[in-house]
Amino acid sequence: MITLSENAARHVSNFLSKRGKGIGVRLGVKTSGCSGMAYKLEFADTALPEDHVFESRGLKVLVDPKSLPYLDGTELDYTKEGLNEGFKFVNPNVKDECGCGESFNV
Amino acid sequence: MALLQITEPGESTAPHQHRLAIGIDLGTTNSLVATVRSGMAGVLNDQQGRTLLPSVVRYHPEGGVTVGFEAQSVQSRDPKNTIVSAKRFMGRSRRDIAHIETMPYDFVDGEGMVRLRTVQGDKSPVEVSAEILRTLCRRAEDSLGGELTGAVITVPAYFDDAQRQATKDAARLAGLHVLRLLNEPTAAAIAYGLDNGAEGIYAVYDLGGGTFDISVLRLSKGVFEVMSTGGDSALGGDDFDQRVFCWIIEQARLAPLSPYDARLLLTRAREAKEYLTYHGEAPITVKLGSGEYVDLALTTEIFSCITQTLVQKTMAPVRRALRDAGLRPDAVKGVVMVGGATRMPQIQCAVAEFFGREPLTNLDPDRVVALGAAIQANLLAGNRAADDDWLLLDVIPLSLGLETMGGLVEKVISRNSTIPVARAQEFTTFKDGQTAMAIHVVQGERELVSSCRSLARFELRGIPPMVAGAARIRVAFQVDADGLLSVSASEQTTGVEARIEVKPSYGLSDDEIAAMLKDGYNHAGDDAQHRALKEVQVEAQRLIEAVSSALGADAHLLDAMERARIDTGIDALRVTAISDDRRAIEAAIDALSRDTAEFAARRMDQSVRQALSGRNITEISS
Repeated sequence: MITLSENAARHVSNFLSKRGKGIGVRLGVKTSGCSGMAYKLEFADTALPEDHVFESRGLKVLVDPKSLPYLDGTELDYTKEGLNEGFKFVNPNVKDECGCGESFNV
Repeated sequence: MALLQITEPGESTAPHQHRLAIGIDLGTTNSLVATVRSGMAGVLNDQQGRTLLPSVVRYHPEGGVTVGFEAQSVQSRDPKNTIVSAKRFMGRSRRDIAHIETMPYDFVDGEGMVRLRTVQGDKSPVEVSAEILRTLCRRAEDSLGGELTGAVITVPAYFDDAQRQATKDAARLAGLHVLRLLNEPTAAAIAYGLDNGAEGIYAVYDLGGGTFDISVLRLSKGVFEVMSTGGDSALGGDDFDQRVFCWIIEQARLAPLSPYDARLLLTRAREAKEYLTYHGEAPITVKLGSGEYVDLALTTEIFSCITQTLVQKTMAPVRRALRDAGLRPDAVKGVVMVGGATRMPQIQCAVAEFFGREPLTNLDPDRVVALGAAIQANLLAGNRAADDDWLLLDVIPLSLGLETMGGLVEKVISRNSTIPVARAQEFTTFKDGQTAMAIHVVQGERELVSSCRSLARFELRGIPPMVAGAARIRVAFQVDADGLLSVSASEQTTGVEARIEVKPSYGLSDDEIAAMLKDGYNHAGDDAQHRALKEVQVEAQRLIEAVSSALGADAHLLDAMERARIDTGIDALRVTAISDDRRAIEAAIDALSRDTAEFAARRMDQSVRQALSGRNITEISS
């Protein structure tokens, strides 16, 4: 189960409508980065047959089956830190992450 | 934890390798920075939530530099060390700067452009601009949480090579990688997505704080071509404030004001102007330092009335720009509004009436240039969606060419060529045994070097001695995507080469560019005649040279009478050649050619004989 925070949902739907196309967002992980794995956050234009599709606050969240075990239970949030703003994965599976948090380990 | 942005499918980057790119509108009055995040272009604010950064840099007596609002607030206290509008001095020599005597700075002549004397030493406009860029760069890095891949910086369409180079130098000094310099009107058009839309003519009406620019663009096959530019470098929103300010003084019958009261009143005047954009009437109530009270109401009608002449003043350059482009107002498919002052309904009305269509105003006119630059930067940094395969090109504003004999310009790259572009032409030597060639690079539309702007000079040396016309010298002009020029010359038989990056010593003012363009049109006829005259004069000189050198080598082939006739012919041609009677020169050339025909034939026979004598037939046929 993957969910969006209220703030994240507002921004995602805003970005999607500005972009003019897309069925939702795709979350995933890939192996790379300083702590083994890195998050992927993309616009989704098509759903693949094997994708898990979650509905959160009226938006579709797509996850490929390989990534799901690492992400299950994650809430996608949108926050501001100083001048910087963007999306944040609140992932209960993470054991440790690199200093910057861009890659992590489970 | 790092914050992420949504990327296009398949475009997500590895950790720490985001391609962060920004667009910067480096303005005369205000500058700002924008970027594309999660597919959406937006401006980046500072810690206080302010978007605009006043383009003001202050050098402190105790060391250190402040940029923006803080510097602006002490401008009147420390005018010599507080540099405003440095953009007006970029790539400019002292004599290029209009109204230099009204400015509070100590100008110093420097290499390439003026310097401003401050408490921290002489500063070039490039250094001042670099401070502004550095501030914006820092803001962007704080906002994006990483190092920048690069930036697109906008420049006015009329900026010449010197000014573009100066802008690029400022970016380098600020530690920014310039992905491209982009014309401001083109950036505005991109922000409105016009580049993805229908082909056609667009006008960009840019009324900033202190400057007015109008540009006519043509979009065809994804390329924006600048057809004409115009404007008034001393007209902007500030003049509207000034009109309101004068009106207040007149209505309230105020005595001469202290500097403090004047500033206060000017601020109130600006607020009233801005209030009127959304309301029918603006109250102006101020208690002055002198103890006087001002309590007035400025209505839309009064405001329209007192600023009408300013609005009309912007329309004259608009008409001129259209005329330069050879267009009627109804040929324009869309009008983009840029600059905070275009929020005034009076301006929008006047523009709508002139073009017969409503201008595009749904984007914030203060931000539209920076947003367009950000969109372009995002693409250039490689963050493009799979189905976005458009390529945006820009054009060079004035033709580039070389000086040839007689002070004529040979255009190598013509105005409005899309960039990047490279063109080469072959030239040859003019005199026998000429071993060097001076290459003089000029910019402009006129046929004569003296009417164009000199950009650079260099020499190609080491050409092997040959008869005039035998050397093959290839001169290649290359303009990169930023509109910056490099020129190389090479002699084809030996491969000797010389090249230059054009870092012009000084540039042209926008008025000069406009004047040069207009001149080019007005003098097209004159120039053609002048060119024809120059060409025969050059031809005459060439013939005199050739005959003289032949006489030096082979005078023994002539009898005294023949020799005398040729000498007379040369003298006659020498005299007529400096006149401006083209037909007489042509006649003299013909006469001398006739008189020397026999001589040339004998020389030919002689050289054939010399070549053959003393060698047997087998040597020759082999």
